[in-house]
Amino acid sequence: MPDKNRDTDFTYRLWRYDGAPGELIPLLQSAQDHFGYIPRRAIKYISTVTNIPESNIYGVITFYNQFRLQPMGEHQIKLCVGTACHVSRSKLLVETVQDELGIEVGGTTEDGIFTLFTVACLGCCSLAPVMMIDEETHGRLTPASVRKILRGIRRQAKQKNQDAQLRAS
Amino acid sequence: MRQVIVGMGTCGLSAGARETYNTLKDLLPDGSAGVAAAALSITGCIGMCYREPLVEVREDGRRTIYGEVKPDRAREIVEHHVLGGRVLDDYVVFSEDASGQTGGSEKDFLALQKRIVLRNCGFIDPESIAEYEAVGGYQALRKALFEMTPASIIEEVKQSGLRGRGGAGFPTGLKWGFAAGYKGERKYVVCNADEGDPGAFMDRSVLESDPHAVLEGMIICSRAIGASQGYIYCRAEYPLAIKRLTTAIAAARKAGYLGKNILGSGLDFDIKIKQGAGAFVCGEETALFASIEGERGMPRIRPPFPAEKGLWKMPTNNNNVETYANIPWILVHGAPAYAAYGTEKSRGTKVFALAGTVVRGGLAEVPMGTTINQLVFGIGGGIKDGKKFKAVQMGGPSGGCIPHTLGETPVDFENIPRTGAIMGSGGLIVMDETTCIVDIARFFLNFTQDESCGKCTFCRIGSLRMLEILERITSGEGRLEDVDKLKVLSERIKEASLCALGQTAPNPVLTSLRYFMDEVLVHINDKKCPAKVCGALVDYVIDPAKCTGCTLCAKACASNAITGKVKEVHVIDHALCIKCGKCITSCTFGAVYKD
Ligand SMILES: Cc1cc2nc3c(=O)[nH]c(=O)nc-3n(C[C@H](O)[C@H](O)[C@H](O)COP(=O)(O)O)c2cc1C
Ligand code: FES
Repeated sequence: MPDKNRDTDFTYRLWRYDGAPGELIPLLQSAQDHFGYIPRRAIKYISTVTNIPESNIYGVITFYNQFRLQPMGEHQIKLCVGTACHVSRSKLLVETVQDELGIEVGGTTEDGIFTLFTVACLGCCSLAPVMMIDEETHGRLTPASVRKILRGIRRQAKQKNQDAQLRAS
Repeated sequence: MRQVIVGMGTCGLSAGARETYNTLKDLLPDGSAGVAAAALSITGCIGMCYREPLVEVREDGRRTIYGEVKPDRAREIVEHHVLGGRVLDDYVVFSEDASGQTGGSEKDFLALQKRIVLRNCGFIDPESIAEYEAVGGYQALRKALFEMTPASIIEEVKQSGLRGRGGAGFPTGLKWGFAAGYKGERKYVVCNADEGDPGAFMDRSVLESDPHAVLEGMIICSRAIGASQGYIYCRAEYPLAIKRLTTAIAAARKAGYLGKNILGSGLDFDIKIKQGAGAFVCGEETALFASIEGERGMPRIRPPFPAEKGLWKMPTNNNNVETYANIPWILVHGAPAYAAYGTEKSRGTKVFALAGTVVRGGLAEVPMGTTINQLVFGIGGGIKDGKKFKAVQMGGPSGGCIPHTLGETPVDFENIPRTGAIMGSGGLIVMDETTCIVDIARFFLNFTQDESCGKCTFCRIGSLRMLEILERITSGEGRLEDVDKLKVLSERIKEASLCALGQTAPNPVLTSLRYFMDEVLVHINDKKCPAKVCGALVDYVIDPAKCTGCTLCAKACASNAITGKVKEVHVIDHALCIKCGKCITSCTFGAVYKD
């Protein structure tokens, strides 16, 4: 979601850039906030303004797990594979989501509704195994409950998109 | 007036605290109906994550904490306790009256603890600087500014015996002394809030529940070493911690604790938050500096140490969140009071994130030297579902599994390393008989291999080779010589890696070989996994008592190994089964299991 806060707004940050060192990562973070991922043109803008070669920027982007070079789905699934969740069989859940959605970790479904990530410890180990979809945390999961949650969200998303199309036409 | 307080840390929120809060907001009397008003506020995490959402009612010095407060229970609490004045004993997890008498079903969880770092967590509103001040907040800073010299601050920290809580346990006073000794155009104070151990959340809870304690510790450090700028490097995965820190920094600036001429003392110091971008190695301090500088987070060769040339090549002091959070308490109560807790070489207390198959999972702070058994059974309440205690994992990817037979080991910087694990930052994962030790070793190696920054060959390639061997063993293709290969590789990687990520990466494997060789050998020789975890070494079986004959598993099975009529119990033909696990993930009734 684009962040309208001035301190993190991408264009504002670019405009305000004064050559202070250490700004590259915050710039990339605000680009990702702004576009949902880091598009090629954002790398170009940043390079022009900061004089950091595009190849270096690319090197930084690919070093960190947080940055995406492709657009993400409407809903982001963050499945915890931290230690406590692993001990509670989170691997089974990864397989379940992959099977249900037909995507690999890091992938986005064809209809653009889901992107699947795995993360290390969401910090609610006592609810393990856990996943977060967007801002909401779901705990004590089983393969069956995972499928149910995903189907529910997909149904809602489809409905929403249909409604939007109807309104547009 | 009665105060109603909702625990709104990440653990509370994920258990539904937001809904509880909204329900309470609608129900609580505002004084207009002739009933005395009740105030609603929030607090951080008190540590009983296993009973969240928690709601406290506070009145005349008496605290009553209710557990598992979903909207329905919230309604009952408002009706009977807040309005009616009657405590609902059945839901009380903890209570304490003005004389210090405690009660409630979970009072044992807190009884063995000594809360110094967590002193305010779950007690004050983390978004209110006034509440922090009301419990003595920023008194230590005043003392440091007006009654102490930089040298006497450092001496006090040295005397307290405080050692770094980020994992390595370096004496904090000594570190501050080094940073104070070097000259530089500017100096920096850095707080490591990257918390990379994939099963630990102590630092997150402290930042969310008591952010000012960390800020105060950092400001005191800046006075001690003469720094003008501070950075908190916080994981991006901790949005709530970042939000509360941002609020706290703004409030501290406004109150004159940060900025130019702090409290009129002449000290200039300010703090910025830097968000991490998801790389475990950035928890290593030199990689962390590289990341703040906007580079790929690769560790640098030491020496020079950060005290001499750290961030932007300037003298820098870096400590962990918990280390800083101890500082204000030490200055207020004095070094001897702190040193009175713990063991001779490990003073004070340590916060642990208890998780895994333990009954009471959450945050616990205990004096150093508390035994593993006391943590698991005394505080943690033992193993879930009556299973058998097998091991605890300490130190995350740099640590190891300590078997239950060493349960009497005191937890401190001397005794834990002797077991082959490390203290680490405080993640403590309890494992029962259904956890496979070889699988855990593979899990951590997979993690470090993935997170290796790639700079040095032993870490980059060596860890990959070890991972391949472990994968071979867990998939039933292990050979006897693999054990020796793992040992040799471990030694080489330990010796030749540049940073502690590589140097400690073999630890999980080495402890597994040391204490659980039998289990490893069963994997290799008998091609069996005693804990029934490793997919290729078990049989998939359908529980006739749970199977409803819905046919989902048979449809999912790619090799037609499952047969059965509709609405009748299905069976798996082991001769045809390729052990892909699709039947388990497709079953809605949890009827398929590994045997
Ligand atoms: C791979 C690696 C990851 C680390 N991760 C963390 C971390 O997440 N948090 C932390 O405080 N220290 C971490 N450390 C330790 C830091 O390098 C450093 O020793 C510590 O922050 C110093 O603070 P202390 O003296 O207060 O313990 C890590 C070290 C290594 C080698
Ligand atoms: S390991 Fe999954 S929430 Fe901690």
